[in-house]
Amino acid sequence: MSIDLAIKDLHISVQGKPIIKGLNLTVKQGEIHALMGPNGSGKSTLAKGLMGHPLYDIDSGKVVFSGVDILELEANERARLGLFLAFQYPTAIPGVSLANFLRLAVSAVRAKNGNESDKDGLIPMREFRRELREKMQQLGVDDSFARRYLNDGFSGGEMKRAEILQLAMLEPKIAILDETDSGLDIDAVRIVGESVSQLIGPDLGVLIITHYPRLLDYIRPQFVHVLLDGRIVESGGWELTQLLEAEGYDPIREKHGIKEEQNGEI
Amino acid sequence: MAKSETNTMEEIGISNDYQYGFHDDVKPTFKSRKGLDEEVINQMCDIKGEPDWMREYRLNAYKIFKQKPMTKWGGDLSQLDFDDIYYYVKASDRSERSWDDVPDDIKKTFDRLGIPEAERKFLAGVGAQYDSEVVYHNIVEELDKIGVVFLDTDTAVKEYPDLVKKYFGTIIPSADNQFAALNSAAWSGGSFVYVPPGVKVEYPLQAYFRINSENMGQFERTLIIADEGSQVHYVEGCTAPTYSSESLHSAVVEIVCMKGSRVRYTTIQNWANNVYNLVTKRAFAYEDAQMEWVDGNLGSKLTMKYPSVYMMEPGARGDILSIAFASKGQHQDAGAKVYHCAPHTTSQITSKSISKDGGRSSYRGWVDVAKGAKGCKSHVVCDALILDKDSRSDTYPVIEIGENDTNIEHEARVSKIGEEQLFYLMSRGLSEEEASTMIVNGFIEPLVKELPMEYAVEMNRLIQLQMEGSVG
Ligand SMILES: Nc1ncnc2c1ncn2[C@@H]1O[C@H](COP(=O)(O)OP(=O)(O)OP(=O)(O)O)[C@@H](O)[C@H]1O
Ligand SMILES: [Mg+2]
Repeated sequence: MSIDLAIKDLHISVQGKPIIKGLNLTVKQGEIHALMGPNGSGKSTLAKGLMGHPLYDIDSGKVVFSGVDILELEANERARLGLFLAFQYPTAIPGVSLANFLRLAVSAVRAKNGNESDKDGLIPMREFRRELREKMQQLGVDDSFARRYLNDGFSGGEMKRAEILQLAMLEPKIAILDETDSGLDIDAVRIVGESVSQLIGPDLGVLIITHYPRLLDYIRPQFVHVLLDGRIVESGGWELTQLLEAEGYDPIREKHGIKEEQNGEI
Repeated sequence: MAKSETNTMEEIGISNDYQYGFHDDVKPTFKSRKGLDEEVINQMCDIKGEPDWMREYRLNAYKIFKQKPMTKWGGDLSQLDFDDIYYYVKASDRSERSWDDVPDDIKKTFDRLGIPEAERKFLAGVGAQYDSEVVYHNIVEELDKIGVVFLDTDTAVKEYPDLVKKYFGTIIPSADNQFAALNSAAWSGGSFVYVPPGVKVEYPLQAYFRINSENMGQFERTLIIADEGSQVHYVEGCTAPTYSSESLHSAVVEIVCMKGSRVRYTTIQNWANNVYNLVTKRAFAYEDAQMEWVDGNLGSKLTMKYPSVYMMEPGARGDILSIAFASKGQHQDAGAKVYHCAPHTTSQITSKSISKDGGRSSYRGWVDVAKGAKGCKSHVVCDALILDKDSRSDTYPVIEIGENDTNIEHEARVSKIGEEQLFYLMSRGLSEEEASTMIVNGFIEPLVKELPMEYAVEMNRLIQLQMEGSVG
């Protein structure tokens, strides 16, 4: 059975301010969607709202994921259902090594699937290590990375790679990548792009939030959406990215009669 | 690493039959009446067969104790009734007991703490405090061969009277404070360690202390002498079963670090929530000697403990790491004191505290630089983590500098568990409890990594237990 993330007429506000105002979107397992939109248009708000961030209030609408209405669920329950968010700005957790954290996370997420675990409910150390090492190699990160404290003192690029490493380890069904390409050098964009495209298959659907088509060269989206004024105002294929690259958001704003906000800064 | 350590332990003869003492299943063979006076002290000395000098020492300390007013600073001691405590309990001579006798629920707790394994693997030379008396003691032959003395202090008074007499009470005199006076009058048990010049003890010497009897005061007395150029790590771990009425634990630990020696003293205490834990710990470090206190305080009703290092000669160094976890109904008044009595001495204090469910933790610190002690350095870092709005954290740092040519830094930070941190971890599948436990464990990680591996594991599990049921 194919699983999808179906968003219907979603309204999200932050500190009383409406940001997402009636958004509709469905992402199916196996599909690749790109979401583009100017700074401050609410892309990250959507991503965090979908993942269940307590600061982002869902005012109305519905989000059904693998047949379950997830809006009442805690973030960890959403993760266990197979939803994943690669953060635009990952948070540092000092003193917690990437490996220790990931072992607990992987165990928590996979526990549902009846995988083997040792008496603490953790996946066996040996198995975990082997898998982690393998995936770190694919991502071109050094073994020592696993011992570093999670996102603590990571460079921008290291953080993004750590997010993709987590994506690879957690094996979600639908993943949202929030500007995973920003802050990456050209080679890193290629490595991240190639690793994500390797992960993509019939079991993974992705929603890629990005400002640059470069990442999309490695991960060709079937669907491209433009977020303006809290709604998806245009959807199309690859050609839409080319149009945006050439002309920016103004023509679309004009077409829909949307005034430019001050880059979302207040 | 674990493997080679295990081998070492086996080579030197691990005890596989060390058993726990629990407060409900061994009858004391002697119990003094409640309260302390000259008669009780004399009775205690008679039963122990102590030399006259110790009897006099105790009686004199008792006089001082009677004169001292009740301690007014630190935590709330108003519920503490000195007359409602047994000061001397001699347990049965029986030290053998089978693991099968241990009640299931307690076994389960220890299982989760990983203690049985830890003890079985690591108990090289063990002094286990059973009620007031050490009833089990295993001195490893290997220690004997290299001339290291590791005894319970009662035995040391008899077997090494000159050594004990020379140092006992010289680091912490009876008159130092109310609780030092009380301990000096009523002490029982504790460890005595002597390491000869140049000897490096390769593995930690460990002692497990436990309170078992209701209303039973515990007054261990530990004295460690590290002779010139020697090296030793002493570890004291402690888990107490819970029981109802108030209980007092008031230990004194004295350490002498002679020229070029290096001593580390590690404690993890997890007293039952009704225990007053009022401890005086002090070390004198002479030329180029290094003293390190690593101190983890969980549990208890009130802990007042400020390990200190007096740097007596040039080149001495004092390091104090302390972790305090204050939960519901608990006050951890912990800290550190360093006294730079000589030039070119260095100290570092790192304190981490966690307050949760209305718990209160205080850092009380003292940095003292004597006049003329030029070129001293001291660095103090205090980090407090507060888990909810009912909990509290305070810092009371005192810095006394009698010398301009010094370099002293003090940093203090108070933080809360960030919503972003919680969300980040939860978005990866961790429950709120797992996430906050992970953040707390990360917070104390810089200290935990200084612990021997088994203790580090135990510390993390203890935190996990403390955090259980704390959310949702
Ligand atoms: N935690 C928050 N507190 C206050 N305002 C917020 C918060 N999160 C988002 N906002 C506001 O919501 C609006 C949308 O922000 P959001 O981060 O979703 O934009 P974005 O599309 O991801 O932008 P960018 O392309 O710069 O990443 C902005 O005006 C922003 O200031
Ligand atoms: Mg964003």
